[in-house]
Amino acid sequence: MAKGLRELRARIRSIKNTQQITKAMKLVSASKLRRAQERAAASRPYAEKMQEIIRSIARGAAGVRHPMLEGREIRRRGYVVITSDRGLAGGYNANLLRAFHREVAALDRDAYVVVAIGRKGRDYLVKRGFPVRDEITGLSDFPEYPDIQALAERTVRLFADGEVDALILVYNEFISPLVQRPKLVRLLPLTQEALHGSASPVGEGARPDGGRAEAPALYEFEPSPEGVLAALLPRYAEALIFNALLEAKAGEHAARMTAMGAATDAAAEMIESYTLELNRARQAAITQEIAEIVGGANALAASR
Amino acid sequence: MNTFRLEIVTPERKIFSDDVVFLAVRGVEGDLGIAAHHIPFVTALAIAPAKVTFPDGREKRIAVSGGFLEVRGTEATILAEAAELPEEIDLERARRAKARAEAAMEEARRRTDAEAKIAYVKAELALRRALMRLEVGGGDGA
Repeated sequence: MAKGLRELRARIRSIKNTQQITKAMKLVSASKLRRAQERAAASRPYAEKMQEIIRSIARGAAGVRHPMLEGREIRRRGYVVITSDRGLAGGYNANLLRAFHREVAALDRDAYVVVAIGRKGRDYLVKRGFPVRDEITGLSDFPEYPDIQALAERTVRLFADGEVDALILVYNEFISPLVQRPKLVRLLPLTQEALHGSASPVGEGARPDGGRAEAPALYEFEPSPEGVLAALLPRYAEALIFNALLEAKAGEHAARMTAMGAATDAAAEMIESYTLELNRARQAAITQEIAEIVGGANALAASR
Repeated sequence: MNTFRLEIVTPERKIFSDDVVFLAVRGVEGDLGIAAHHIPFVTALAIAPAKVTFPDGREKRIAVSGGFLEVRGTEATILAEAAELPEEIDLERARRAKARAEAAMEEARRRTDAEAKIAYVKAELALRRALMRLEVGGGDGA
């Protein structure tokens, strides 16, 4: 007999308790996931509409230039790394940080800076001496725009002030509730694909859009096309950071839901195998007791 | 009366989408009135309430904290970093924000360092937003 009955019972009880917690976390994450997905979807029209206007300015008014639309020699990069604040989300953060690692492995430490969103990534990067330039932690499960606005503005300003020559978003792309994939996407300078390709670098891919076939509207601008563009581009980049954050949050809840579902299943398996062991042990104990009684009775009968 | 579709979109969501006959907003260059079939037009907006008129003559004011207005054909879109309908405005919060902004302006006025001017402008913008919310929300703006 491997373990005593008492130990087995205690073990099963403890696993059951853990299972209840993981199950509750799974259910909570499932409902948070739904809300986070809705919010991510609701945040898309803003950036999409901005993109439409930027595109029509770029096309309509020839010779409109802006640093955010033009590549320059890249001496320094800025990475915006979006992780979660809390763990128990499977490989959600580990996968992302690994992808980031691979990206910067070949770069000198002074050839890039990091803007860390989320405690897990911040702690990891700071501990390993990465050049963390700016950070924000303790965001809610459903961040609102004002929560991130100041950081987004500072981040976009890094590019505007020339401290970095490219901004790259590193976040978990939400592909489905079961799949989140680390994604690196250039935020600034805006790429041609970002402006002319599918909806936006962040969010769903191409979608059927009847309006796109129309001739581009030739707008009148106030104060001027350049003025509108100069005000619009930073807001657009900030909105994309917010979009990425919302998508990453949806991915976080999805990852946690999956991880906790797996933990609940694993607990059920353990309970099953320990229960089997418990029953065997109990049966063995009963058999032995009967054998002892029978043996005792026989001994009495023989001695008579 | 000709109507057009007005949508007000913030980074978080669409807060308004309805057919209206008239829209009054304050652009960076001055006040604007938009009716149906306006020429395609884009402008940056000031922090000011937008006023819409519905086909039945009702009017509604909406707090718009800057952003952009785009007009095209029979559609107009306001892209605002923040926008609230009157019923969504938390007057108590707006009052606190107003007091905070006034205090920050006072403090910035006394400071002489390089950041003081930026702090002052920021506080002034915050005050303008708070006043606009109070105005739209029906609180005591003054």
